[in-house]
Amino acid sequence: MTVPIQEVTETLDTSGLLCPLPVYKAGLVLNRLAPGEVLHLVTTDPGALEDIPALARQRGDALLGVDNQGSRQLFWIEKGSPR
Amino acid sequence: MTTAALDLAVAEAETEPAPRPKRIALVASKGTLDQAYPPLILATTAASLGWEAGVYFTFYGLDIIHRKRLPKLKVASLANPSGPIQLPNLLGAIPGATAAATGVMKKWMRDANMPPATEFIEMARGLGVKFFACSTTMGVMGVKEGDLIDGCLIAGAAAFLDFAAEADVQLFI
Repeated sequence: MTVPIQEVTETLDTSGLLCPLPVYKAGLVLNRLAPGEVLHLVTTDPGALEDIPALARQRGDALLGVDNQGSRQLFWIEKGSPR
Repeated sequence: MTTAALDLAVAEAETEPAPRPKRIALVASKGTLDQAYPPLILATTAASLGWEAGVYFTFYGLDIIHRKRLPKLKVASLANPSGPIQLPNLLGAIPGATAAATGVMKKWMRDANMPPATEFIEMARGLGVKFFACSTTMGVMGVKEGDLIDGCLIAGAAAFLDFAAEADVQLFI
């Protein structure tokens, strides 16, 4: 388990939502965050363990940490600089 | 090559090319409720990843961007062994069987907090997904521009291929 110490800018709870909604909603938040700001994302879709790292990789954001709690997953994503 | 031309070529080579976002080009060819979801989900996801996304709605897939048909997309039990209700084909043919299967699928979606296709259309459009409406399908099936939801680009295969040629992912659904 890695829990980053960075300050969280915004928290988004997508409990009960399936793909693509966690990715879609996280993307909307990340679109309006400034580079360096951190989104704390909560998911319950088991696919999110693969999807959220892919989201961060494809967008150029940094996945700071993942906490897989079994019934839910916690992610910390730092908005990257525009490419 | 002149010195000036050489300098220019070197300068161009040293300049970072403008980064191009990834692109996905999808063909949506089916107009049943179940088959409306995959292209909309993939396009919405791609746009969420920061990609450019475009969907070419052709043949029955045109129903997905048809103002009146979009909210009435159906899924049949008949000849659909994986459908939401499992009926012998003979019973799947009776009046009401398709409506029942459609109702079950809509309930599945509601219970799983999945938005209806109409909402996925809005989500996709909000993220700038391009909607291509196949002009041949419109001509063949008598669909007018005003029958389509707003913001569709009416175009033929060449225009879509022009978009798809620059795509990193192309899928036919």
